[in-house]
Amino acid sequence: MLAYIVRRLLWTPVLLALAAFFVFFMGTCAPGDPAELRLGPRATEERIIVERARLGLDKPLLFQYGKYVNGILKGDFGDSYHYQGRPVLEILLPKLWVSVQLNIAALIVAVSIGLPLGFYAAKKQGTGRDPAIVITMLILYAMPIFFTAPFLILFFAVKLHWVPAAGWDGFFSLQIILPAVTIGIPGAAIFVRHMRASTLEVVGQEYVRTAHAKGMSNFVVNYRHIARNALLPILTIMGFTLAGMFGGSLIVELIYGIPGAGRLSLDAIFQRDFPVLTALVLLSSGMLVLANLAIDIAYTIVDPRIRLQ
Amino acid sequence: MASATQTDHMIDDLPPARGHWRNVWSRFRKRRLALVSLIIITFIYLLGIFAPVIQTHDYQETNLRRTQEGPSTENWLGTDRAGRDLYTRVVWGIQTTVIITVVSFVTGSLFLGVSVGLVAGYFRGWIDAVIMRVGEVVSAFPDILLIILLAATLRPRILEFARNIEDSTGINGLVSSGIVDYVVIGIALLPLSWFGMMRLVRGQVLVLRNAEYVQAARAMGTSTPRILFRHILPNVVSPIIVTVSFGIGGVALSEVVLSFFGLGVQPPRPSLGVMIGEVTARGGASVSVLRDHPEQLLAPIIVVWLLIFCWNIVGDALNDVLNPRAR
Repeated sequence: MLAYIVRRLLWTPVLLALAAFFVFFMGTCAPGDPAELRLGPRATEERIIVERARLGLDKPLLFQYGKYVNGILKGDFGDSYHYQGRPVLEILLPKLWVSVQLNIAALIVAVSIGLPLGFYAAKKQGTGRDPAIVITMLILYAMPIFFTAPFLILFFAVKLHWVPAAGWDGFFSLQIILPAVTIGIPGAAIFVRHMRASTLEVVGQEYVRTAHAKGMSNFVVNYRHIARNALLPILTIMGFTLAGMFGGSLIVELIYGIPGAGRLSLDAIFQRDFPVLTALVLLSSGMLVLANLAIDIAYTIVDPRIRLQ
Repeated sequence: MASATQTDHMIDDLPPARGHWRNVWSRFRKRRLALVSLIIITFIYLLGIFAPVIQTHDYQETNLRRTQEGPSTENWLGTDRAGRDLYTRVVWGIQTTVIITVVSFVTGSLFLGVSVGLVAGYFRGWIDAVIMRVGEVVSAFPDILLIILLAATLRPRILEFARNIEDSTGINGLVSSGIVDYVVIGIALLPLSWFGMMRLVRGQVLVLRNAEYVQAARAMGTSTPRILFRHILPNVVSPIIVTVSFGIGGVALSEVVLSFFGLGVQPPRPSLGVMIGEVTARGGASVSVLRDHPEQLLAPIIVVWLLIFCWNIVGDALNDVLNPRAR
């Protein structure tokens, strides 16, 4: 098992470097010459040539990639085209931090709705409640965010006045509830599906029957024997669910007017600010890779059966 | 060699194995919700395919005296801000979705995913390792961001390429017909579609390549392509069908998201994503539109909603019906 973790740890930097190359290469495919974009339309031919040399654009692609990676390791993702000369990271980090907080809140929503509901549905298998929960969650899962977001705002903010309609005021504020629920609902549906399946698998195990036979209370069997074991496989889909939610949060931010990575990426597309876009893609995939790595390592710690293999 | 072709002929002469699929269909039919879903999907796709026939207006035709109107006998679903007929635009938007899903699944999932999966699983070794590592790199990105990046950087290049072709060959309408949009979206969706399918096929092939009937075929000197396509592929068809039916909703949604961001299908050609993006001013005006003119937002959204929901139900049912081991 240790060998597996070491292999994963060694592979992660390679994976990130390859991801960086891919993103860098896509960046070079982007339209427009960076030197021209930086200097504006009135720049003379000579100034553009000088600027190209200064930026190293006349060097071979691999050399430029080396420079790019070298910069990233020092925390330098290049300069924005649009916000004249400001480093990308300075623009990106505050916005990305907003998105990360939003996604953490959404994950909390998804987990706290999805896991208990999935467990409950599995325990009620054979009754009408199980298919009712499964189908309701599937309807919610399929509901496009373009509808969920304005609907929740109209109902809970405009009609009931329970929470503010839009905006951003940090993690501990009422504003975060609606967007977090909007992003969390599809995630919750995924958790219900997997939690239900893994609970059903555990319920049939012999140690559960033994626990019942020993005369242990239903409560203890449910929580100590069934739920805790059913939770294990859920860990592995956590990263994948998080990735899906992050994509959804880009649109949610636009609808709720949250100054996060979603707003920034849309602006970057239309201002052709490709350094910002590539850095955003790279940083978010880096976070995703590290999150998955942490999950895999946590999995081996939590589940002794895997550690012993 | 002679004996190999002989046995193959004997296999060919057997009556076609219809029993399995008839069985599958009769089991599928018993699931009422799945059957209803399949009918809804078929109906929606037929609307898209016959869009030119069943349209009541032209999708570009504006009528500034009848803007933002509710449903009426003249405009079945109402009109948008430019007085364009919503029903017509939804129907054409569905056509876009149909084309994109078919193109994306045939090229990405079926062609690339299946063939690469077959190769990786059958030959293993370094080919397999390289393919799997490439797949890991691609799946390291959050789907939607990667799709957005690909579409944003590739669109101008592909557009330029298409204009060059138009200029040099004299073929007109390559850009205006929207083919470029489909190519851009198709390529941007590739990373989403091929890896899952590839991994699935590879996993199945890894098991099947050591099955006795495959070993027998190899011992008889059957050529590798024949083993792959004639002996292994038919046994992987069931999981492929399940994967495709689960994936279609996601592909349709990705096209909607891309077009919503203005990176997919370009106006004036209607797409469900373009409609949602235009009506809500890319998200910002969603609330006021839903309050004041709900039909403008709901018309495209309900179609997307139904498609994703129904494909999931159908996928679930197919999974149960085609995979006896799953239950």
